[in-house]
Amino acid sequence: MTLTEFVIATIIKILVVLGLFSALAGFGTYLERKVLAFMQRRLGPMHVGPYGLLQVLADGIKLFTKEDIVPQNSVKPIFMIAPVIGAATAFIALAAVPLFPEFEIFGITIHPIIADINVGVLFVLGVMASGLFAPLLAGMASANKWGLLGAARTAIQLLSYEVVTGLSILAPLMLVGSLSLIDINNYQSGGFTDWIVWTQPVAFVLFLIAGFAETNRTPFDLLEHEAEIVSGYATEYSGMRWGMFFIGEYANMITIAFLASLIFLGGFNDWGFIPGGLAIVLKVSFLFFFFLWTRAAWPHVRPDQLMWLCWKVLMPVAVINVVVTGIVLMM
Amino acid sequence: MSLEQFKDRNVSQNYTYIPVDKPPVKPLDKFKQVLKRTFKGELFVGLWVVFREMVKFDIHTVQYPKEKLPISPRYRAVHKLYRLLESGYERCIGCGLCEKICIANCIRMDTRYDENQRKEVTEYTINLGRCIFCGYCAEVCPELAIVHGPRYENASEQRAHFVLKDDMLTPLDFLKEGKQQEYPGFGDVSPNADERIKKTPLAY
Repeated sequence: MTLTEFVIATIIKILVVLGLFSALAGFGTYLERKVLAFMQRRLGPMHVGPYGLLQVLADGIKLFTKEDIVPQNSVKPIFMIAPVIGAATAFIALAAVPLFPEFEIFGITIHPIIADINVGVLFVLGVMASGLFAPLLAGMASANKWGLLGAARTAIQLLSYEVVTGLSILAPLMLVGSLSLIDINNYQSGGFTDWIVWTQPVAFVLFLIAGFAETNRTPFDLLEHEAEIVSGYATEYSGMRWGMFFIGEYANMITIAFLASLIFLGGFNDWGFIPGGLAIVLKVSFLFFFFLWTRAAWPHVRPDQLMWLCWKVLMPVAVINVVVTGIVLMM
Repeated sequence: MSLEQFKDRNVSQNYTYIPVDKPPVKPLDKFKQVLKRTFKGELFVGLWVVFREMVKFDIHTVQYPKEKLPISPRYRAVHKLYRLLESGYERCIGCGLCEKICIANCIRMDTRYDENQRKEVTEYTINLGRCIFCGYCAEVCPELAIVHGPRYENASEQRAHFVLKDDMLTPLDFLKEGKQQEYPGFGDVSPNADERIKKTPLAY
């Protein structure tokens, strides 16, 4: 493949991923509202389009045409750039995620990964962690006490769960011996019994918990907990800037779902009679549904409970898991 | 759930007391509580409950503009003025009782004698901004002329749109089609009114 072909292919992939995942993030809001509604014996959006399907479009029009308000006392450049960080890091993290198995179209083999780097896991987790700068900067720059509280909570949340994420993922990485997501995927190519979740169930649970914290989903939805701090870091935001936070959050959810299914649930290998491409879509859909499911079922935790959980429970468990994995590997 | 269960205000009989243990003080007891709560699976009970509700799909939503909940015949919404069924004359005889009894002082009427020396109501307005929908006007009306209708959707550009006489009065063509329902609600004569009528005890 020449350089020109590579550049063109990469640009096309970037556009496809951007468009597809923006649309998926929008559709995710629809799914979330529907699933939450059904679980609470409601109907959810019903009026715009058939079964409320065009609600996403209506919301988009509303967000785009809203006035872009920048508060008077805010630090304006940072206030304006913070949501861009949120959305951008969510999409940059997707760059190193192999989304599907290789396939051929018009006689060209396509690798559905934008940048096949050999430290994929590290890159994805690092970029997603830097995405937490978005709520941090947004909250601190918006000259609002609720925003400031949200930013403070971002800091404690980042410090707490990032350790757990790293340690929990260390054990499967020790098994595989590679940081490349494709290698991790290929390690589980033997079928259902080869999935890492069977050898590393503790790491899987820990990673999921940390993933909930990473994406600010409900059990750890401290940053914009409506009942306590209005909307947290997003209190002063409106229109498309707020929408970018939203898109970032949903893209992050999809990324975490992809990571969990790639690392622990067998990735895009064929699953029995189900072809790999469909298998990973099913797994990601289930994990996404799980995100919504827990939101309907579980209450929030307090910030001190989050820190207690992460530092006093999850981190020791993760360390013990790593040590046990190491001992087993040495024997 | 039937209506009777909703109406049963005597909730104290259905109370169940949930035993709440004292919070542990010693570190070991705290640790035991954490273990108990972690492995008891209460989180999964929550997941199961919401999943069950989703699968059951027992939706309670009323899609309001399309479907409406039935309202009681005694519901007191925007007033109506009725006509006599056969002649089509207005039932209102201009006695002014409703104007008198209205505790919000929102009814105003003008009357005059027509050519037959019969009282005729020229103007009849209700200020809905002041009306508290108590129903006294409907109750006091001797002719069952002013009643509370079932129309509770009173959104409009101006409040004045509901309260003029022409808006409340049954239109003549509507009456001819027999669409003026006899009022079964607030201030109506009771169903067994005929049996309850007694002769006046005054013997002149």
